[in-house]
Amino acid sequence: MTPKDLVTDQEVRWCPGCGDYSILKQVQTVIPELGLKRENIVFISGIGCSSRFPYYMETYGMHSIHGRATAIASGLKSVRNDLSVWLVTGDGDSMSIGGNHFIHLLRRNFDVNILLFNNEIYGLTKGQYSPTSHEGQITKSSPYGVIDHAFNPVALCLGADATFVARAMDRDPIQLRDVLKRAHLHKGSSVLEIYQNCNVFNDGAFEIFTEKATKKLTTLFVNQGQPLLFGENNNKGIILDGFHARVVDMEQTSANDLWIHDEKDRIKAGILARMFDDPSSEGAMPRPFGVFYAESRPCYEDLLNNQIAEITSKRGKGNLDDILKGNSVWEIQ
Amino acid sequence: MSIDTEIKEDVTIMFAGDSGDGIQLAGTQFTDTAALFGNDISTFPNFPAEIRAPQGTLAGVSGFQLHFGSVEMNTPGDALDVLVVMNAAALKANLKSLKKGGIILANSDGFDPKNLKLAKYPEGVNPLKDGSLDAYRIFEIDVTKHTKSALAGSGLGTKEAERSKNMFVLGFIYWMYHRNMDHSIRFIEEKFKKRPELIEANIKVLKAGYNFGETSEAFNSRYEVKAATMPKGTYRGVMGNQATALGLITAAEKSGLTLFYGSYPITPASDVLHELSKHKNFGVKTFQAEDEIAAICAAIGASFGGSLGVTASSGPGIALKTEAIGLALMLELPLVIINVQRGGPSTGMPTKTEQADLLQAVYGRNGEAPVAVVAASTPSDCFKMVFEACRIAIEHMTPVIFLSDGYIANGAEPWRFPKSNEIENIDVRFAREKNKGDKFMPYLRDEKLVRPWAIPGVPGLEHRIGGIEKEDVTGNISYDPDNHEHMVKTRAAKIEKIADFIPLQQIDNGSADAEVLILGWGGTYGALKNATAELVAEGKSVAHAHLKYMHPFPKNLGDLLRNHKHVLIPELNNGQLIKMIRDKFLIDAKGLNKIQGLPFYTADIKNAVNQLLK
Ligand SMILES: Cc1ncc(C[n+]2csc(CCOP(=O)(O)OP(=O)(O)O)c2C)c(N)n1
Ligand code: SF4
Ligand SMILES: [Mg+2]
Repeated sequence: MTPKDLVTDQEVRWCPGCGDYSILKQVQTVIPELGLKRENIVFISGIGCSSRFPYYMETYGMHSIHGRATAIASGLKSVRNDLSVWLVTGDGDSMSIGGNHFIHLLRRNFDVNILLFNNEIYGLTKGQYSPTSHEGQITKSSPYGVIDHAFNPVALCLGADATFVARAMDRDPIQLRDVLKRAHLHKGSSVLEIYQNCNVFNDGAFEIFTEKATKKLTTLFVNQGQPLLFGENNNKGIILDGFHARVVDMEQTSANDLWIHDEKDRIKAGILARMFDDPSSEGAMPRPFGVFYAESRPCYEDLLNNQIAEITSKRGKGNLDDILKGNSVWEIQ
Repeated sequence: MSIDTEIKEDVTIMFAGDSGDGIQLAGTQFTDTAALFGNDISTFPNFPAEIRAPQGTLAGVSGFQLHFGSVEMNTPGDALDVLVVMNAAALKANLKSLKKGGIILANSDGFDPKNLKLAKYPEGVNPLKDGSLDAYRIFEIDVTKHTKSALAGSGLGTKEAERSKNMFVLGFIYWMYHRNMDHSIRFIEEKFKKRPELIEANIKVLKAGYNFGETSEAFNSRYEVKAATMPKGTYRGVMGNQATALGLITAAEKSGLTLFYGSYPITPASDVLHELSKHKNFGVKTFQAEDEIAAICAAIGASFGGSLGVTASSGPGIALKTEAIGLALMLELPLVIINVQRGGPSTGMPTKTEQADLLQAVYGRNGEAPVAVVAASTPSDCFKMVFEACRIAIEHMTPVIFLSDGYIANGAEPWRFPKSNEIENIDVRFAREKNKGDKFMPYLRDEKLVRPWAIPGVPGLEHRIGGIEKEDVTGNISYDPDNHEHMVKTRAAKIEKIADFIPLQQIDNGSADAEVLILGWGGTYGALKNATAELVAEGKSVAHAHLKYMHPFPKNLGDLLRNHKHVLIPELNNGQLIKMIRDKFLIDAKGLNKIQGLPFYTADIKNAVNQLLK
């Protein structure tokens, strides 16, 4: 399989310049490297600009209804654990209308990969605020500024006991490909939040993390077993002061005192997730990217299949005539 | 004193008391014993709306009605011959159903001042004593006292001892109707396998009840109800929800597909989930979803993966599933949606029956969104019709709605169950190959207008489907005006074509040239059948046809209806089938509507027919 084998005959209809193009390209680049058979891959989406994605992937696919891709995938995985199932969803699709299914899928830990395209806006419906839009954001439906408190998607996932949570950006293809692979390798629900620029209705929402002038100070790339370093030439680091993260200057700190990233540590993942300040505010912590948390926990579909196998071996395979007959019968002569 | 035995053709008996009194258990035990003896039976449990309604109050009364006889039983009975009441509230709630001259068997302990007050009788009034019930035959037994004395020295605490009161009553009724106790003794032995002291206690009390009849002088009549003459064969008892579950498992076995059942608990549909979740060794996958939307979407996902996707709910939950039903019909995947109807609208009357979701099933979606709809007529018919729903869904690649209702879901009847090898297979054809040159076209249709079911895992058949309007044949997104019209008409024609694959409508009872045709559907079958039989016996020109295929209708329905001068459509709603019939056939049908959360009585139907014949 090559990336070309994953391209469909459908014309891609996103606005020119939309961040979705880059994500599609990285996905088409990564999948051939995963050793999967094309016929065993399924892309399922809800509704939104991002949710058009399956139509552009030459795999099995379903473009379903708003917010429900997670529920559909739960049923599919329950009966077909042999498939590699990928979900594509927007910030509105997953956390507004589909919020309920989203958290329940995570607690059940179905083995699927969720690509959450977060553009902090409703793209398809032309620019209303979403559950991830920040307070004060001016949109079509908030001309005087958003008053809703925003969701922090990573913290939400951790709260729902997700077993794999990561963050990436459309404009950092190398890191995006890296975490896409990690998401695939994780057995269980993997959520990959991808900051995606909607250049029509929320242009520049993540500019501060992607522009040369600012990105060194506003982003923090975490890697398993590595100290938390950022800034120009990694001149800054993060230490854990009790339960608080603090930025330190590396000229005055030994690397041995820094916070060493540990994906298995739920508490630390929580603290990392809460590094969610307004990046332009004074003294803001840098925004973390990479894998926040990865834990291994049994998947619902395996528990389901095991339970069936166990009961079947105990009671024998069901006999239709026996249950049609029931426990007590009588004869009429 | 000599005791007479009177022979009766049929008896309607109700056991009523607090929900904690073990009324349902006594009722089902008597039912099983009657069935084993060879009586025909029809039962209906009546639960209080609140699970833990205060003891002794009207809201807390639970009832179990059983009609058994030596002739065919079609309904749980209109009026009671015998009313067994454990307390004053149970009497008050059910007295209006008792025939004049009927028997009241009262637990006198349940008529103490406290219970009388809870039942809202005026201070100082005890209906058992004040002559207000002179039109009935009252027998008082202090069940509590007798139960306790039977268990004196057993070592059981008062609470536990009192719990077997229902066994005393059951034993007594067994005596009254000349029944033997073997079945219930076996049942008790099985139920309390792990607690031998309870086996002993319950059997003791059961026998004490029986012996009380034998030895006390208060009762001078016993009754005998001979076995019924039913078609030869092996029978079991079955409740509607149980039959539905069995029908689903059978459809899975007969199609070779895995049954995936997504559901969110709701009265009165939950018992289907309970039953199916017991049968994991058939490979049944039950999924208790986070809500009804997730339940149906998961079932759609399972169907996409090549399983038999089924979801079930009742009115409010079906409303939530609406959008996803529309998706399934756009995807043209098999899906069965079960609606065990209850009183509506909104939360309505969860424990009461109604047939008010027919129009919702046939029309209730956005856009032009036809699906097939079938309905069951009796508890055992749920087996057959839910199997039909699965067959149509799979063979025609469409969602099918199966309508049941609270009355048949919880009602029971004898069932001459089929052998598995007598049931036809369901034809499943997964696509294995490209269907247009070197391409696979997901919406290329066959002569039934059915598209191929291509499930993930087959190389070369990769394709995308979705809820957006699609081009016929290719399945690609299309907003082309002509294509849209073509697709809307095609989806409708595909559903209409199902009429070629279902049985023609029959006259169920009475003759095809009768002056009045009673056209019914759903759980009213028994009442309509009884009424028709009685009217015919009285020399009236009446027939009864019962619809089970609600959309599309059987092809001959219009002709069949036009053969009759009058068409009467009785429904437990404000007139729904009648709208469809008038619309489709321009027939001046007359409605008979009852919207009380209760089934029809034979008399309701007879009156309406007699009006028409005037
Ligand atoms: C039941 C339902 N409600 C509303 C809509 C309209 N709708 C479509 S997409 C969307 C929001 C999409 O936002 P998001 O999920 O963030 O995706 P994006 O377009 O930004 O990628 C809305 C409100 C719909 N299609 N279905
Ligand atoms: S509206 Fe925004 S998110 Fe949607 S395609 Fe255009 S740029 Fe992309
Ligand atoms: Mg969005």
